[in-house]
Amino acid sequence: MERMPLFRGPDAIDVALDVNGRKVSVRVGPLRSLLDTLRDSLGLTGTKKVCNEGDCGACTVLVDGRPVYSCITLAVACEGRAVETIEGISSNGTLHPVQQAFIEHDAYQCGFCTPGQVMSIVALLRANASPSADDVKRAVTGNLCRCGAYTNIVKAGVAAAKEAKA
Amino acid sequence: MGRIRVVKSRDEFEGEIYESLALVEGNDLRAAPSGTELPEIGHARPRIDGTQRVTGRATFTHDIALPGMLHAVILRSPYARARVRAVDAKKALALPGVHDVIHRFNAPKAAFRGEETIFREEVRFVGDEVAAVAADTAGLAHAAIALIAVDYEVLPHVVDLEEAMAENAPKLEADGNVIEAGKLSRGDVRKAFKHADAVIEATYRTSTQLHNSLETHGAVAQWDGEVLTVWESTQHVFGVREGLRAALRLPLTKIRVICDYMGGGFGSKGGVGKYSIVAALLAMRTGRPVRCVLTRREENLAAGNRSATLQTVKLAGADGRITAVEHVSWSNSGQGKWVANPTGPTNTLYDFPNLNTRSYRVVTNAGSLSAFRAPGYVEGTFAIESAIDELADKMGVDPLALRRTHAGKPTDPRTGKPYTLNRILDCYTIGAREIGWSRRKAGGTRGSTPHRRRGLGMASQIWGGGGGPPAYATVHFNADGTVVLRAGTQDIGTGTRTVLAQICADELGIDVGHVSVRIGDTEGPYGPISAGSLTLASVGPAVRLAAKDAREQFLAAAAGVLETPRSELRIERGHVVSRGARTPIADISKKLENNTVIGKGSRFPNPEDTSIKTFGAHFADVEVDVRTGEIFVLKIVAVHDIGRIVNPLTAASQVEGGVVQALGFALSEERIVDRGLGRVMNANLEWYKIPTVADVPEIVVRFVDRPDRKANNLGAKGLGEPPIIPTAAAVANAVANATGARVRHAPMTRARVLEALALAEAGS
Repeated sequence: MERMPLFRGPDAIDVALDVNGRKVSVRVGPLRSLLDTLRDSLGLTGTKKVCNEGDCGACTVLVDGRPVYSCITLAVACEGRAVETIEGISSNGTLHPVQQAFIEHDAYQCGFCTPGQVMSIVALLRANASPSADDVKRAVTGNLCRCGAYTNIVKAGVAAAKEAKA
Repeated sequence: MGRIRVVKSRDEFEGEIYESLALVEGNDLRAAPSGTELPEIGHARPRIDGTQRVTGRATFTHDIALPGMLHAVILRSPYARARVRAVDAKKALALPGVHDVIHRFNAPKAAFRGEETIFREEVRFVGDEVAAVAADTAGLAHAAIALIAVDYEVLPHVVDLEEAMAENAPKLEADGNVIEAGKLSRGDVRKAFKHADAVIEATYRTSTQLHNSLETHGAVAQWDGEVLTVWESTQHVFGVREGLRAALRLPLTKIRVICDYMGGGFGSKGGVGKYSIVAALLAMRTGRPVRCVLTRREENLAAGNRSATLQTVKLAGADGRITAVEHVSWSNSGQGKWVANPTGPTNTLYDFPNLNTRSYRVVTNAGSLSAFRAPGYVEGTFAIESAIDELADKMGVDPLALRRTHAGKPTDPRTGKPYTLNRILDCYTIGAREIGWSRRKAGGTRGSTPHRRRGLGMASQIWGGGGGPPAYATVHFNADGTVVLRAGTQDIGTGTRTVLAQICADELGIDVGHVSVRIGDTEGPYGPISAGSLTLASVGPAVRLAAKDAREQFLAAAAGVLETPRSELRIERGHVVSRGARTPIADISKKLENNTVIGKGSRFPNPEDTSIKTFGAHFADVEVDVRTGEIFVLKIVAVHDIGRIVNPLTAASQVEGGVVQALGFALSEERIVDRGLGRVMNANLEWYKIPTVADVPEIVVRFVDRPDRKANNLGAKGLGEPPIIPTAAAVANAVANATGARVRHAPMTRARVLEALALAEAGS
């Protein structure tokens, strides 16, 4: 059996990630963000780049089930961890209840912040199956929406929780 | 169909009236009367592209990645004003992976907005374009621009509006920095002021608001030697095509512009950008696809803004009426060649008998203005609607009652022409009921804590939104019975795909889910810019006519297939129905094989000698903490008269979003520019404060929902702009009601509220 070296780098190294349940290996430099890795190396462009400095939440993905800003998360720090993106939360063509609720409540306008908003609420529902409207607000307080779809985003989050329980 | 003929039309865009020509064929349809139950129109429908949006599969310009694609990054001026004497790009070009560098000394001439090159000799604001690099990665391109040596001769600059108006300011234009942009007079203002019972005179200011669309401006260009294909995040694919034609001098057949999904457009994505031309030039020079997408910082330096204004308003009142109005406005247009008119609402909203307004554009070395959702009207409404409340207070009359005496008239006071419909008085009635206006007390009421005061305020809204020609649509029946609607518009997030599908389905007699909508591509029929609240009112009527044409042709074909007289056939719920039989559309299509029915429709001109406007009123319920100056907006009631509502779900979203953006303008959004350096100090989303979910109050949305049947064949008007217009003034009026303090500068930050509270205290 080949043994992994204890120290790798400082140049680009191969990093093993679990992305949406699939094992992938990507060659990344030490400062490569998880966002750029997802978008440019893996072609998962559902996750959006808006500020690229942790201000807006558009790049939110889940790492080991917790929402993170992927623009300020290093890809090398995700070795061996489970990364979930907007592309991975519907199964066999069935939308996740949060996705379905976003459609029904028109919880978007241009849709650019939508993947991040959805992922923040997906993480919330895993931690709290019966969130209040205030809980949903807290969950997306780091997700900016310039079109101002907030009212419907909160409604969709509350409705999705009810739907998921039913 | 009849012969094609040319008809004159008058259309409104961003507060200005334009004459245009319309090519029409046959006859227009009449809009259904009020109260008519239609199968699709008027019903809340979730977006037909919702699944794409929530799964991340919707492809935005940022997401386009082509084989061999290079990344372009623009070098921008660090100086507010300087002459570019020399550019040395040798070190940048020597970097492995750098393919090309263009600047004013080597780039081909490419006309842009009246100038013959995109790289000026004199750069005129921090962020002005100096050079561009194409490299294998964006990171490499960023590293390369740092290696370009530019010899600048730094020149004196001025960035602040009021400093640029001063005598001793650096002169940026031959005729000075202050340029008259519009004026209007009626009646005898001087006489009216002399005979007034009450006069108020006040100065208002609004700060520069940055668009901050979440998808930054950007383009991906591909040149295959024959056709230039450009993907662009734009509100007007045809506008970008025209801009590229002018810059590159290619025939239109060699330029294709595509915008599938786009991440927010509030006015600044109206046409070609320098980044699009950079991407196109570099693609043509390198033979590789080139992506040029702005960073957030660049977005806030060089992609436009709502200009700061300084406004003075003087009002006279007598016998419970407003008898005279003077409104003068100066806007910081940066290097923009155009200015929105903040006196527009003053000129048109009420039947003021004596009026004198003037608007000036002030040139500075700050980033240029571009249209921002109701440009001018947001800023101007803040001033005039605040001033009316100040006069009402002085006259001791209810501010809503004072407005009622001047609003809701049958004719447009600016043109003297009759309105096609004006239901602003209904907006007042509905809004007053929803907010509980009858409990409003002069001097406000106690708030929820000992340090808070509570108050109510309101303000009115006027805007165009009538749309007009040219706009085209086609409707194809495929051989399997599916239907494709093509229109030259683009969906900038407002739900255009969905409402057009509803209109098409309604006219065809099929389910909305069976219409595929193809938009955002210059290979389709022409359509106008998605701005000025004109998309639905321009394109929707053309879609209806295209669907009607397709239906008529399809029924004629069905008559042949079914061997039944045409007069006995109609389409109902996806079936061709005759007396005894119901045949699915697909069965008939199958028999027709690839004999294709193609319906087409174009927008007819607007009715002559009328004025088409949208109206509305917002009511605000606020609390103010008098110790900290913080404003807590508890509730906004937004009532709009925009004709027939095609989709109540997406219409309500538009209003909620407009109110949220308006609250940013009212309370928190403000570009800060260092006067000495000319640099934007908050060019990011941390220090530039757009509203978050925590800032959103309860928003009650109501529509008058009466079709404007004279306006067009749908009776529908636009809704993009109206909901952002009156909110800030309604909040300012509520703050004044709550505290007695008048805040005359938006955004109404805590510091400005505390200052106004101190002034009110000193004055009482």
